[in-house]
Amino acid sequence: MIPAPFGYERAESIGHAIRLLGEHEDAKILAGGHSLLPLMRLRLARPSTLVDITRISDLSYVREDGDEIVIGALTRHHDVANSELLQQACPIVAYAASGIGDPQVRHVGTIGGAVAHADPAGDMGTVLLALGATLVVRSAEDGSRTVPAGDFFRGLFEPDLAHDEVLVEIRVPKTGAGGWSYLKFHRRANDWALVGVAVVTGEDGTPTAVTLTNMADRPIHAAGVEEALAGGADPATAAQRAPEGTSPPSDAFASAGYRQELVKVITRRALEEAMSR
Amino acid sequence: MMHVAVTVNGDPREADVEPRTLLVYLLRETLGLTGTNVACDTSSCGSCTVLLDGESVKSCTLLAAQADGREVTTIEGMATDGRMHPLQEAFHRNHGLQCGYCTPGMIMAAASFLRENPDPTEAEVREALAGNLCRCTGYQNIVRSILDAAGRTSGTDARGGTG
Repeated sequence: MIPAPFGYERAESIGHAIRLLGEHEDAKILAGGHSLLPLMRLRLARPSTLVDITRISDLSYVREDGDEIVIGALTRHHDVANSELLQQACPIVAYAASGIGDPQVRHVGTIGGAVAHADPAGDMGTVLLALGATLVVRSAEDGSRTVPAGDFFRGLFEPDLAHDEVLVEIRVPKTGAGGWSYLKFHRRANDWALVGVAVVTGEDGTPTAVTLTNMADRPIHAAGVEEALAGGADPATAAQRAPEGTSPPSDAFASAGYRQELVKVITRRALEEAMSR
Repeated sequence: MMHVAVTVNGDPREADVEPRTLLVYLLRETLGLTGTNVACDTSSCGSCTVLLDGESVKSCTLLAAQADGREVTTIEGMATDGRMHPLQEAFHRNHGLQCGYCTPGMIMAAASFLRENPDPTEAEVREALAGNLCRCTGYQNIVRSILDAAGRTSGTDARGGTG
């Protein structure tokens, strides 16, 4: 399977990429391409032009900045997973990256590409939502703006990005001694999550956020679970409320009803793991 | 058309390709290196695995343009001076294949993995093969072959050299 024909432009800088996006109607950014190229091969995506940003060298980094760790959008999953800084200061991000796809995918796919793709079955969006991360977006007119993860994911494959905007950085808070868990259930080793659950806790072990993968058209909070926990419920009891407010897909792998049962189990396990860490 | 220059198995190669040309088709059809196989066509099976700057990638999910200016190693580049690479010898010795279709991808994935983790446990080897499918289900001997090669390649890099 070969993609439909397209034009190819190589951006030398973010400013150049933004200009190219403005010049080509229906252009798409090529980062790792590991979400985009499979869709193009299936002809589910037919961009007129690909703007290749992978040669922009200063977009791949993991750095400390005050109370946050900042991650360049072109940092590969492999490098996110192996970042000692993230492993120490915000381990849920490194751990989630280590489980994306398979080694070959992690050698090419990037955190910014995965986040900007806004696939509700993606792992990283759920983790960023749980952390209250912020995303830095660059555009021609506005310069730079920051978007909370909770506002960035607007629907299926629908990030808060205008046509000529580029996601350039992901900022996550240091979680210090807080507990965490990201668990996903999938049928085969490199499948997307049928259901995924992220939990982060405060330093006293009290969960502060519970978020879900592939249970709606975007990553969402398990609001019922969070409310139950805030009211003092134990993990097993709170987890029973995980399906509240969800609208999961039905597909060849699992019905919506199956996912709504499964999410209770995975939520309980994730809560127990996070609270014991 | 666009011009790409890729170092393949140590040799500088150049070609004019359509932007939509996938790396695997540059290798197979333009350069005639048919050792790299295409199977699932959906980025799942790993049959098309090659090394890009020394790291395993799925060449069916990369544009040739993405490899421009970089180094690619295929199964044809593993043997040196007529001698099989230690991974190839280990697959031979341990019968690490049945039909053989997935084998080039398995070996390239293993080469990348052993460079990152030269002394792996069996569990780590199995994790490292998450992106490679063997439809003969011959995993047992594939894992055994990689563990065998790990013993024999210690102190050398994934291409069998010492540098």
